[in-house]
Amino acid sequence: MKVSLRWLRDYVDITLPIKELAERLTMAGIEVKEMQITGGTWENIVIGEIVAVEAHPNADRLKLVTVHLGQKQLTVVSGAPNLRTGDKVPFAYVGAQLIDGHTGEIIQLKPAKIRGALSEGVVCSEKELGISDSHEGIMVLSPEAPAGTPLADYLGDVIFNLDVTPNRPDCLSVIGVAREIAALTEQTVRLPQVSYEESTEVIDSLASVKIVEPVLCPRYCASMIIGVSVAPSPRWLQQRLLACGMRPINNIVDVTNYVMLEYGQPLHAFDYHRIAGRQIIVRLAKGGEVITTLDGMERAMTSDMLVIADAEHPVAIAGIMGGLDTEISEETTAVLIESANFNRSAIRQTSANLGLRTEASLRFEKGLSSELPLPALKRATRLILEIAGGKAAKGILDVYPGRQERQPLLFSTVQISRLLGVEVGTDEAIRTLTFLSFECQKTGSSEQISVTAPYWRTDISNCADLVEEVARIIGYDKIPATMLSTPIPVPELKPEFTLREKLRSIMVSCGFQEVLTYSLTSLDMLRRVSPDSQLTTPLKVANPITKEQEYLRTTLRAKLLATLNQNQRYETGGIRLFEIGKVFLPQEKDLPEEREKLCAVLSGPRSELSWRDQEGLIDFFNTKGVMENLLSWLGEEIKFDVSEDRGLHPGKRADIIVDGIKVGVMGELHPKVSEAFELSGTTYLIELDLKELLPLATRLKKYSPLPRFPGVIRDIAIVVAESASYQQVKNIIQSFPPVAKVNLFDLYRGEQVPRGKKSLALRIVYQAPTHTLTDEEIIKVQEQILDTLYRELGATLRS
Amino acid sequence: MPRELEELASQAFEELDKISDPKELETWQIRYLGKKSPLMQLLHSLATLPLEERRITGGRANEIKKALETGLGKRREALKEAQIAVSLQRESLDISLPGQPIPLGRLHPITQILKEICDIFVGMGFQVVEGPEVEWDYYNFEALNIPKDHPARDMMATLWIDFELETGDREMLLRTHTSPMQIRVMEKLRPPIRVIVPGRVYRHEATDATHESMFHQVEGLAVDRNITLADLKGTLFEFARCLFGSERQARFRCDYFPFVEPGVEMAIDCIVCKGAGCRLCGGSGWIEILGAGMVHPDVLRRVNIDPEVYTGFAFGMGVERIPMLRYGIDDIRLFYSNDLRFLKQF
Repeated sequence: MKVSLRWLRDYVDITLPIKELAERLTMAGIEVKEMQITGGTWENIVIGEIVAVEAHPNADRLKLVTVHLGQKQLTVVSGAPNLRTGDKVPFAYVGAQLIDGHTGEIIQLKPAKIRGALSEGVVCSEKELGISDSHEGIMVLSPEAPAGTPLADYLGDVIFNLDVTPNRPDCLSVIGVAREIAALTEQTVRLPQVSYEESTEVIDSLASVKIVEPVLCPRYCASMIIGVSVAPSPRWLQQRLLACGMRPINNIVDVTNYVMLEYGQPLHAFDYHRIAGRQIIVRLAKGGEVITTLDGMERAMTSDMLVIADAEHPVAIAGIMGGLDTEISEETTAVLIESANFNRSAIRQTSANLGLRTEASLRFEKGLSSELPLPALKRATRLILEIAGGKAAKGILDVYPGRQERQPLLFSTVQISRLLGVEVGTDEAIRTLTFLSFECQKTGSSEQISVTAPYWRTDISNCADLVEEVARIIGYDKIPATMLSTPIPVPELKPEFTLREKLRSIMVSCGFQEVLTYSLTSLDMLRRVSPDSQLTTPLKVANPITKEQEYLRTTLRAKLLATLNQNQRYETGGIRLFEIGKVFLPQEKDLPEEREKLCAVLSGPRSELSWRDQEGLIDFFNTKGVMENLLSWLGEEIKFDVSEDRGLHPGKRADIIVDGIKVGVMGELHPKVSEAFELSGTTYLIELDLKELLPLATRLKKYSPLPRFPGVIRDIAIVVAESASYQQVKNIIQSFPPVAKVNLFDLYRGEQVPRGKKSLALRIVYQAPTHTLTDEEIIKVQEQILDTLYRELGATLRS
Repeated sequence: MPRELEELASQAFEELDKISDPKELETWQIRYLGKKSPLMQLLHSLATLPLEERRITGGRANEIKKALETGLGKRREALKEAQIAVSLQRESLDISLPGQPIPLGRLHPITQILKEICDIFVGMGFQVVEGPEVEWDYYNFEALNIPKDHPARDMMATLWIDFELETGDREMLLRTHTSPMQIRVMEKLRPPIRVIVPGRVYRHEATDATHESMFHQVEGLAVDRNITLADLKGTLFEFARCLFGSERQARFRCDYFPFVEPGVEMAIDCIVCKGAGCRLCGGSGWIEILGAGMVHPDVLRRVNIDPEVYTGFAFGMGVERIPMLRYGIDDIRLFYSNDLRFLKQF
């Protein structure tokens, strides 16, 4: 909402410097987002009165213009076609800053001799002053403009661009803002004149109003003026509209817009002679009805839309936009002015359904007072009579089925201190509220007052609202800052946060960069992750912003792989990425299950290119090491089982089983998936389900005492068939109790061992809790181990 | 005998001074202090000497032995020192060679800031809770005094989920703010309540340098007897000082959110111009940080908390803005485009 300071001054005295005023308004809830100052550059420009226009001695098309400037007179040369003795015009002295009428550049005015005649200034066009684009002639000011006065004092203005919150439609008006200023600076508001002379013709004999939908239209007022002359509005009116960002159209429409800006009440003017049956009917549209609105668009009405109709068809979409048929035109001689109140929800719905938002709908949908139509209508009628002439019909059509008495609120200053934490006396509260036009009455109790909000404050409904009124006017800066003194609630344990933090810190320490990716993605992206499997239908956004953000992710893999691909373009070293986030699994008739997952991808060299060790590429066992790091702290055995995951390489994938529960999966990315994401090199992937992990992570850990006797280390190498897995070998060895630890430190295939076999070099730590094991004991166990390995796997000791 | 002894001693010391090799030192030790050395043999044969001579010669021989041993020890120490000095000199590295690269992981800047924010509030007795990102219209809007067709819905353009329930009235959406958790928390807990809710939120918004369709918020809620706007101010000003530095100024101004009354917007003085007015703060000298207010009585009533007995405050802040301000990041989209060249800076 743009508000002109000059316009505001009509209703309230501005007693504060402009910047401070803007600050006070902002602090009180009406944010001044921006201040535009017009005339700020009008130094050395004053109002002049043309006292003589003479021919230039050396040029036919130029004139010598003598201008009276209060204290003195100067003669300048001008070629303007509209020079008239007696006119008040802007006059720029040498040194003034102007906009060149032809080039549009900013120039500094210098003394000039034009065709032999000295010119010590210029009379200015609107364009030269930066007021408009008009450069056809000089700007003519109103006859009352005082000669000699700086133009900035007379015409300069400050435009406040206000951010009005949706609860304050009353401040979408100049008077509303003036009321705020008045309350903040303890002034009173001067309201405009609304009375006018009526003719003898009674309005009821000219038109009628019928409200079919009283819930949707609580009130409809109309006045009529006969014999108007439609013409462009006077300059002052046009300028005010322009300053507020509205385009002048003609004097009738401009007045309705002007009063809307002034009072915040949208109005509409109909060409009376085009209203069929002289009837205004406020009703729902009938199926199939079509209306061409003022913007020239043909709009199909649906039966839930409120329209203003005449005896035959809709003439306006109620509260949103008028129809072209009854538009004010140059032929219009009689007008019917509508000033009504409509249900905010209805207006909002219709406006949204039509995709049509107007200054009117923006105000109505915020909930205007049903008391507002009448004063606004009277004001508009008076202005039209002043500007467009004609005679007003006697009386006003006022159908008011939704009249409601304003209920006073019982308000106690105890509520102020209870909510604000600062004491405000009853008298101060009354004083503050009174400046805001609230009616305050003392009651029997010294703390309690009865408060009635002014009609335009539709946002006030309870005592908390009143507390805010008091707070914002006395200033939020008057409220002290205290720390909470109430008891701290007993915190509830949140093991899922602890788990997440733990996993995050392990991933980071394993060299993984955390990423956060969008929850929304495309079906295509989700499909790419698992090419051959059926996708459970993900949740779909009904109104997606783009096709790329249409579905809620059911896996973290897609975006993570896409992120890997993006970064492969720049990164030369290995890339390790992870994300901990939610996937959204649809559920019947309920919100989706939001399941937290960890997903990590890794690819490329194990380490950055370096003059030190030239290590190879990240492989399955690097990935497995990360997985082991992630889970080892659980203190449970981790099993890597055969997996069916279709996104992974069938020969290089594993389900992760802890205590019989599948908690995740890992492996090499399926080459098809890799191709679908245009990844270079081989990619490995880890996925954990935090929900499955949680019960394992929350088990209470038990301390095991430190061994009192040293372990004994023995290295052995065995030769075993390729078909035997390391896990099988390890399980056998570990089944013998004195074995505390088994470590594979070499795996060999080649000339030294028979075909189809492999050699495993193992370091075994033997340890007993009761004593240091003797050589004999260890030899005995080792023999048993080798026997079992031979029996079950055909393994032999490598000689 | 004593004279030979003295000569032997002076010869030994003379040789010892010249030794520069640890091996020679060992030879020397064998020669003068070894079992077969004259000195040791003398000491062995002492028993055969007459008492008086044994006393004099023995005493002197022992003195010399001690002196030789001390000399040997010192020499050995000196040689070791010299050797270390030589090897230290020989072993110096080109310390400008690059270190062995060890992959370093980092947390996303938003994770980092969320932790920072949560830690501050946890220190003030708040508990961290989380809630669903896909919500019912009821929690996201209705229960927060934003019924259908309320103009405040304009402030939060919504992404709706394509979902139909037979009754048709429960509409599913991506939460536009973390405030629905106010309702969920109050449905579950009774005062005293002190929680903060970090999480993702979503808007139907075209993205540009300052707008994202997904971002994070942290919601705060405290409900009990005697909680006031002054407490809100104290809590949030303290938070601002913890997060932005103790020299930061903060201010409250009146603002509107349908689920609080009175409503507040908190701003801090601009971190670039310190309040003088610049491009970052749009010339106002202040930067909006969060919205807050006293929990609306209708909201309390809706969750069966008596507003005549209890009061509460709530606040909600956008998270991305904070690292943007702190690090001078000029494009919010950088956070979720996950370019490692960006992420590795934090």
